[in-house]
Amino acid sequence: MTVTSNPEQLIPETPPNWRKYFSFSTDHKVIGIQYIVTAFFFFLLAGVFAMIMRGELITPEPDLLDRTVYNGLYTMHGTIMLFGWTFPVLSGFANYLVPLMIGARDMAFPRLNAAAFWMIPVVGILLILSFLVPGGPAQSGWWAYPPQSLQNPTGNLINGQFIWLLAVAISGVSSIMGALNIVTTIVRMRAPGMGWFKTPAFVWTVLAAQLIQLYGLPALTAGAVMLLCDLSVGTAFFDPAQGGDPVLFQHFFWFYSHPAVYVMVLPVFGIFSEVFPVYARKPLFGYKIVAVSSLIITGLSGIVWVHHMFASGTPGWMRIVFMASTMLISVPTGIKVFAWVGTIWGGKLRLDTPMLFALGGLINFVFAGITGIMLSSVPIDIHVNNTYFVVGHFHYVLYGTIAFGIFAGIYHWFPKMTGKMYYEGLGKLHFYLTFAGTALNFLPMHPLGLMGMPRRVASYDPEFAFWNVLASLGGFLLGISTIPFILNMVSSWTSGKPAGNNPWKAIGLEWLVSSPPEHENFEEIPIVIAEPYGYGKDEKLTENLGG
Amino acid sequence: MTSLDPTLNQEKLTQSSQVAHKHEEEDNRMLGFIIFLLSESVIFLSFFAGYIVYKTTAVDWLPPGVSGLEIREPAINTVILVSSSFVIYIAERFLHKENLWGFRIFWLLTMVMGSYFLYGQAVEWQGLEFGFTSGVFGGIFYLLTGFHGLHVLTGVLLQAIMLIRSFLPNNYAGGQFGVESTSLFWHFVDVIWIVLFILIYVWQ
Repeated sequence: MTVTSNPEQLIPETPPNWRKYFSFSTDHKVIGIQYIVTAFFFFLLAGVFAMIMRGELITPEPDLLDRTVYNGLYTMHGTIMLFGWTFPVLSGFANYLVPLMIGARDMAFPRLNAAAFWMIPVVGILLILSFLVPGGPAQSGWWAYPPQSLQNPTGNLINGQFIWLLAVAISGVSSIMGALNIVTTIVRMRAPGMGWFKTPAFVWTVLAAQLIQLYGLPALTAGAVMLLCDLSVGTAFFDPAQGGDPVLFQHFFWFYSHPAVYVMVLPVFGIFSEVFPVYARKPLFGYKIVAVSSLIITGLSGIVWVHHMFASGTPGWMRIVFMASTMLISVPTGIKVFAWVGTIWGGKLRLDTPMLFALGGLINFVFAGITGIMLSSVPIDIHVNNTYFVVGHFHYVLYGTIAFGIFAGIYHWFPKMTGKMYYEGLGKLHFYLTFAGTALNFLPMHPLGLMGMPRRVASYDPEFAFWNVLASLGGFLLGISTIPFILNMVSSWTSGKPAGNNPWKAIGLEWLVSSPPEHENFEEIPIVIAEPYGYGKDEKLTENLGG
Repeated sequence: MTSLDPTLNQEKLTQSSQVAHKHEEEDNRMLGFIIFLLSESVIFLSFFAGYIVYKTTAVDWLPPGVSGLEIREPAINTVILVSSSFVIYIAERFLHKENLWGFRIFWLLTMVMGSYFLYGQAVEWQGLEFGFTSGVFGGIFYLLTGFHGLHVLTGVLLQAIMLIRSFLPNNYAGGQFGVESTSLFWHFVDVIWIVLFILIYVWQ
């Protein structure tokens, strides 16, 4: 372990054992695992909320929950799933993998990195505590549209919506700190020889995603500040009763929150691009185009947000423009899908758990993409606006694609992160349960939406009962599917077989170092001489470390 | 321990590679800071966009009894803030030439000008007949000037820290990142103000 070159920057020693995960460690690998494990707790919590809601929806009558509790549950389900699970778990992957993949010893700003992580538990605890304040948690959904979000029946300054805004603001600060750290790291700290077109696709997607954070998140922050002023000191920004403009908030919100979908899905695209070549034993098809298409998505995702507002009194010409731009963004996304199909085409596939999750995620994503194109079309969108069709669509993106990609990534890099091999049987069981649960839970939402069942309701017309029972059973199945996963992770980490440095015979800088990697990652900084994904090419990846 | 050193062993580091390493860290920090400023500017852009939407669509734009904003005092304030950007540049030049007292004098002058700007802002606020709850105009006016004023205050405080640190021995042995980033921040605050001034005071 070296000492830091700047004596005033001395930081406490990282403890050598499990305690390091509870310390203010600045090692990107420790922080990465901190992010991933913390996020998983929030995943379980928000999953429990979802199952309670599905329990309510198994019958048409509102018999299990008070309606206001139901409102609080779907608000917290969405908020915690996004700000507690998806963003942090992907920050965890970026933290753990980017320095290893680009041949760096750590991130550019290690202490900023640790500070950004430790805000995430604060966000989660704040959101959980908001269940205890008078009036309960925020009830206006994760989008917090005014004037709904401006209602404050208890009259207290500290109410559920106030805490919600505070939590989102802290999460935003953490994300900006993380984003500028990751972007600086990727731009400036790639190993010698690693030009842009020798940089792995995952790193490209992380860069593309973090650039979105940097240009999009401030807009949400601006909207949140104004909403907070309306809520707490009585300004008139979004309050129609005082001449304010509630639709302006929707613009601020979606200017960030639509690209935010790409912040979440781009790194998952990166995981797919890393996983498919390994288990198909072929180079990533069209690597350069796959890499560049990520940045095209970064740009296009900034000009599609109004498709969330087709029913908000948006003028006709604006609808047409945003319908076109939304359809356009399916082009770079489609390029990626075809590239992955091209990668596995004719390959000798090994159906290990990471590959199963990646294939499942790809199938689900194609389906989510088709419903996405349907929704981008104004006439269809107006028809199914605010129905379960929309809920089904974005759960196919967020669960069917993003959660699947995350599980693929966890299984794929678990041997690297822990030095242990997971149990393949439990992993496959986890996959089949998750795949079946996803289909059972989210497919019925599409016919429900087309039949006209509105979202965000605790009770519904009995004609919708059949599909709702199926969806609820699927929801419970998804809950059960996490059991083999947790068993697998805990038992493999504590008593799994040693995995070795490169159990998948994968090509990439992270597979050249020990499992788990030493504190400094690389004995010497690698000098990269080849493109990534040189499967079947018999060439060395680096000059000094082999590969 | 969070070393980015090209070699594992600290003893092996030669003097020159230590200097190179310093430079690299310094450059990282500057890039990180520029990215932060670009991101921060989007918050202002969002507020500006909101202002333009309100101004062009609001039914009752100005609060009752208010005919417009007085432009004379804010214009003087603008001249002072914009000139302070040149003053801080001179201070930085002095530092590059290792003339510490020249640096301190011009640096202090920047602080005085920034403080005067804040004082002028406070006086203007006191004289206004509307508050932040006076419709969308009152809200966005105080939000924009207040949020910008907070940045000016941050800048002045950063400058104070840099001024105190200039008296520490060997303060610039590790480079001048603190001074350079504070100065960049000041230019940023300045440019934002120019846009703000045009939007709020000139375009009435």
